[in-house]
Order: sequence, then C-alpha cells, then structure tokens
Amino acid sequence: MGSTSVNRREVMKRAAAAGLLAVPAVGALSSCASGGGDENKAEKGEKSKKNPLGVKTDAGLTVYIFNGGYGDKYAQFVTDMYAKKYPKAKPDQKPTEKIATQVQPKLVRGKPTADVVNNSGADEMNIGKLVHNKQVAELVEVLDAPSWDDPNVTVRETLVPIVEEMGRFGGKACYQLNIALTVYGNWYSKKLLEQGLDSEYPKTWDAMLAVCKKAKAKGIHGWSYPGGHPRYMFFSMYAMFAQRGGRDVITAMDYLEPTAWKNDAVKDVFEAWEELVAKKYVLTGFDGTEAHTEMQTAWTKEGKCVFVPDGSWVENEAKDTTPKDFQMTVGATPSLDSGDKMPFGTLYAPAGEPFIVPAKAENRQGGLEWLRMMYSKEAALNLFKEVGSLPVVKGAIDGQKLPSGTASAKAAIEAAGDNIVIPKFFDWYNELFREDFNNMIHKFMQGQIGAKQAMDTMQKASDRILKDPDITKIKKV
Amino acid sequence: MPPRFTPERVRYDRRYRTLDKYRFIVGFLAVPLAFYALFVISPFLQAIYYSFTDWSGGPVANFVGFDNYQKMWNDDRFWDSLRVSTLLLVIAPVLTLVLGMFFAYMITSGGRHRRGRAIAGVAGSSLYKVVYFFPQVLSVAIIAVVWGRVFNTNSGLINGGLDKIGVDGPAWLGGDETLGLISLLIVISWSFVGFYVVLFSAAMGSVPQDIYEAALLDGAGRARTFFSVTLPLIWDAVRTGWIYMGIQALDTFAICLVMVPPHVLKVTPVFLYERFRDGQYGYATSIGVVLLVLSMVFSLIVMRVGNRDRIEY
Repeated sequence: MGSTSVNRREVMKRAAAAGLLAVPAVGALSSCASGGGDENKAEKGEKSKKNPLGVKTDAGLTVYIFNGGYGDKYAQFVTDMYAKKYPKAKPDQKPTEKIATQVQPKLVRGKPTADVVNNSGADEMNIGKLVHNKQVAELVEVLDAPSWDDPNVTVRETLVPIVEEMGRFGGKACYQLNIALTVYGNWYSKKLLEQGLDSEYPKTWDAMLAVCKKAKAKGIHGWSYPGGHPRYMFFSMYAMFAQRGGRDVITAMDYLEPTAWKNDAVKDVFEAWEELVAKKYVLTGFDGTEAHTEMQTAWTKEGKCVFVPDGSWVENEAKDTTPKDFQMTVGATPSLDSGDKMPFGTLYAPAGEPFIVPAKAENRQGGLEWLRMMYSKEAALNLFKEVGSLPVVKGAIDGQKLPSGTASAKAAIEAAGDNIVIPKFFDWYNELFREDFNNMIHKFMQGQIGAKQAMDTMQKASDRILKDPDITKIKKV
Repeated sequence: MPPRFTPERVRYDRRYRTLDKYRFIVGFLAVPLAFYALFVISPFLQAIYYSFTDWSGGPVANFVGFDNYQKMWNDDRFWDSLRVSTLLLVIAPVLTLVLGMFFAYMITSGGRHRRGRAIAGVAGSSLYKVVYFFPQVLSVAIIAVVWGRVFNTNSGLINGGLDKIGVDGPAWLGGDETLGLISLLIVISWSFVGFYVVLFSAAMGSVPQDIYEAALLDGAGRARTFFSVTLPLIWDAVRTGWIYMGIQALDTFAICLVMVPPHVLKVTPVFLYERFRDGQYGYATSIGVVLLVLSMVFSLIVMRVGNRDRIEY
C-alpha cells in the first residue's frame, strides 16, 4: 500500500461521518432577522398646487399588482396616467399572483423595491402583522390631499366612508386603501324566482322557508352550499347577526369579547339556518377546490337551486354559464321577525382590493400619488369597465349601463344607507374566519352540529386568539 | 505532501502516515462539505434558533424561551394535524412498500419459467417497469390537481364509474376525515410506488440465480420463494425504503395543500405553512423543529427494529 492509499469504501464512510459533524461557524447565526433599521431616504420633491403630495418628478416608481380575477389592466391604466404626468419617472408595473413571495422578503429587510402594492389574493401579506411591525406607511396624506378631478375637494370627500374605516386598525391612522365595493348576500335569478316560482324576494325568514318549500315542490333546492369552501356561508349569515342584535353584536365579535358568540342574536340566526338545513332545502355535493364554480354552474346553467351565498364578483366569474335572461340579482339577508334591531336591507358590503405603500418605499410620495390617481373619476370608471365591480369613488359610474347583478348591487348599497356592516375581524384576525368559522360551518351545514355547538366552537376559537401572544390585538378606542 | 518533499525522518512514521491520509481526504471533501454546511446545516441551526423567538417577519426577534413549544402543546389544531401525519407515517410506508415489493417481484420473478431460467418476470414486465415510474416524473402539483378531479363528488372519475354500476359514490373530499385520509393515502402510494418498484427490482436483480434454482429444485412455490429467499436477501433495501417513505409521508405537503380542502383534514406541514402565512414565523419554525425531531426518531426506530444480520452473497 502506498503512503496515501485509502480505499474507496473508507472515504465514503468518513465523508458521511464528517458531514454529520460539520458544524458551521456560529457566525452564521448572527445573520439575523434584524435587517434594515436605516434612515428612510424617501425621495421627496417640492409641493405645489399641481403636485400636492410633493412627488419627486424623476424618481422611479414600482407598482406590484395582484394578477388574479381582476387582472392588472385596470392598474396599468393608472400607471400610464402616472407616466404621462411624470415622464421622467418611467413607472414600472409588475403583475404577480404571489404578492407575499414577491414583496415580503424585501419589505421585511427594510429595503422594499415596491412603492405601492395591491396586497390581495391567496398569497397576500398579513396586513395586521405589517401594521404591527410598522412596515406600511400611513395613508391619511392621500385622503387629505386635493382630489385629482377637483382641487377644492379632498380625496376623502370623493370616496364612500367605509374606505377609511377599513384602513384603520383600532386607531385613527389608516394603513390600507381599498378600491372596489363588494356586496355580499343572497344571489338569485329574478326570472326563476318571480316567473318560475311566482314569488317575491323573501324579506323575512318565514317567507324564505316558504320559498324553499315551493321550490322543493318543483324539484329544485331553495339553497346551495359550496362544501369545498364552507366559509361562503358567512356571506349570507353575517348581516343577519347585526340585523338581529344590533351593531353591538358584531363589535363584540371584532374585539374578541368573552361572550361575543354566545348571545341570543347569534343563537337565533344559527337556529334559523339549522331549520333550513334540517329541512333538506340545501343542495350539496360540491366538494374540493372548485366547489364554488361547480355550485355556480348548477345555479346558473342547470337551474338546480334558487339562492347561493356569494359576493358581487360572481357575475363576472359565472358569466360563461349564465343564460342571457337569467337576471342575476342580489338580495339583502331576510329579517328573522319584528324583534330585529336593524331593518331589512342591512348589508354586508365592504370595500375590497386593498393597496398599501411600504413604510420604507424609496418613492413613497410617488406611491401615494399613484393611489390619488387611482381614485380619479376616469380611473374608477376604467376599473368598472375592466372588471365590472363597483368603484368606491362616488358617482364614478353614474349614467353607465350596468349589467343586472352590478345594478342590483348598487341598488342594495343605496337601499342600505348607513346600515352597512363590516366584520373588522376579517382583516384583524383572519384565521377566525378563514379557519375556525370555515371548519365549524362545514359541520353545521352537514347537520353534524347544531346552533349550540356552533356558538361554543366559535367562542372557543375567539378566546384562543385572544390568548395567543403571536397575534397582535386591536384595542377598542 | 508529495513523497519527494516528505522529510526522511517522518516518512515511515505511522502517525505521519495517518495524518497524511486524512489530509488527503479532507482536501478532496473540503468544498462539498463547506457547501453542505452553508446551505444545509446552517439553515437548520438558524431555524432552531428562531423557534425560540417571537419573530413575526419584522425587524425584531425577541428571545422567548420555550413559549412557542408551550403554545404548540396547548394547541388543539396542532394535535389534530399531528394525528393525521402520524397515521400517514404508519400506514403509507407499509402500503407503498408492500405494493412496491409485490410489483417488483412480479416483474422480476413472477412469470412462468421461460428459456430454461429459474425465474422470469410476467409477460410485458419491461413495459410495466416504465409505466410504474410515470407518476414519479409528474410534478406533485399536477398529481394533486388531477387526483382532486378524480375524487370529485359529482363529476369525478371514481364516482362517475360507480354511478355506471348503480352505486352512489361517497364524497371523498367532502369533509369526512376517514374518507379524506383514504384518498390521501391512495394518492401518496400511487405517486411513490414506482420508485420502490425500481428500487426493489434492482435489489432483486442482484440476488444470484443459483439460489433461486436451489429453491426451485426443493419445490418452493412463488410465495415461498419470496418469503424465504427474496425478502431476506433484499432486506437492506426494504429498510432504506421504509425510512425514506416514512420521511416522505411526514413531508406530505403539496398534495395535501392542493388536493384536500383545509376543513377536511390537515397534515402538520400544512398547519406549519398556515402559521407562516399568518406571519407567525417563530411558532412555525418551532413546529418545523418538532417535525425534524420526529423524522429523526422515526429513522432511529426503524433502524433498530429493522436491524438484522446482513446476509453476504
């Protein structure tokens, strides 16, 4: 054997051993989560009448848009407006389906490349956490600025009031701005209801049960349930909680109060639905991830059910299967009886498609300016034309010819007046809705649990979140 | 050091020779080991460090001791997911390995005795070998989406087929946990079995023919030959496969996430992913650490249980 002869097997054995013992220098551990922390060197320009936000005219701008159901053409319209006003800025728009994957790592390191972000979609960043970590900018400046179309009116005055309310996280500061209104409720075909069943839209729960009974006699179901996405039931239940017990009931849910889900109003609503389920008025069998489209097809194309729990995107989503004379309409949730605290017509209609500006954005003023342009009348109208949803800018689509569903959504908002209800916990404690309500309501809709267990489960979940140190709580102001 | 430059006094010293030998090995392995340390070991250690903090994706990570682990202990959702993962860990390897061994045995020695050979595969076995391996080539996401459609309650392939024979198929992914688990097991086994068919075929191929001939002369049938000859001789491959499949079962993430609605059941990695999604990075990494420990414990147990004397052939 030569002096350095090592047989192959021994090398392998040693290599394995060495690999297990190879421990990196502890220095590797110091590369910590604590990135950033440097001064914010945001680009600022001179404020003037024409440039109320003080945008540096030649600073670049990067816009990240969630490329989902809305696509990103509506935003490109605004980015083009920006390019027209600040030709030197060369704004750049990046569409992506994975907002968090694309934006969050750099945001966390305190060196965001984005100046304005459409934080939406399945891969959205947890906004409560971003606010808590002070990673998103205050947006009141946009609301206070003179509006794009009329310098004598502030942006705030051109928008429906819920926009600012939805950007707040327990204080006065506003961190996210939404651009479109979503109307949730009971969607139906006016033609089927009025001609096929010879009925009016049911304004009370008894009338609702009567319609379901009529439908059953005709061999169709009164309701339907997308089992793959149980949380859809929330869209047709939430306003009823408020209707039954007043705003206190839903405020208690938002602030995770110890008896939020245990009051009589919640019980009555669950019991009403329990009756509907027990009478087998609900069409089921839509499981798996495409459940909502399957349900919508059964509803539009096959006419198997009267009502679906849904939001105003459904008209656009189901347009390929909807017959011409379907007359898609949204109805507000029925009253239980005369003991209700809020009138029929109370509507769950939040603003959606949130936008944020990173706190350390290089061109923060540019990001704010982009949002000001988004709230111009022309951009709002273009949004409506591109995606068919209602913009939050007042009067932006007056005089437009609206499709049936959008028209009924607009009418529902007008009918509701001040009685718009919004679950703040949807933004603040999303898992309470996305996981806990979702899992609970599935058992409920299958008839495996009743109203009492439903309330217990939700209260337990609410308590768990209250006790969880990892979740930032919003204090009542 | 090259022999020319080795000083005369140490040239024949055994200690020097040993040193020289190791220097030679380390010289060759330095680069790969550095890579391994940087990209595998160090993230592991960092994750362990973060699991003791309340890091939430922000610039601050405070040390919180065992808080995350305490939270996990009291979190019903974690235990639910762990129950599912444990069931997969126990059932999936057994199911997949048994199927893989059966197919491999059929391919290598399940056929009639042709051409005077002691063993031969069933007819068309060279084709089967390729076909079984197809699922391995597909991307996991595609597998999950396609099988999701197959299990669809109303329009799926399975229930459609059952309808044809007048059976009302169940809602596979409709909320019943047992059915969900069965669906998940079917897909996992289906997607991995091809790998084990190839692995075991290779192992069986290296078993000498003359042992089979002897078994044949002694009048052993196919089953007897398998249990008395084949299985003992490929035991090492089985044990390796068992560990590997167990880790794969613990690691079932994409299939569960894409195919199974979250209210039906969750495996622990999906639960972990959801915690990441909600910005609870510290808590999520602590779940990851528990998964790491579980994989280690599982491997050690299988090593112990599956330890047999090696048969030299």
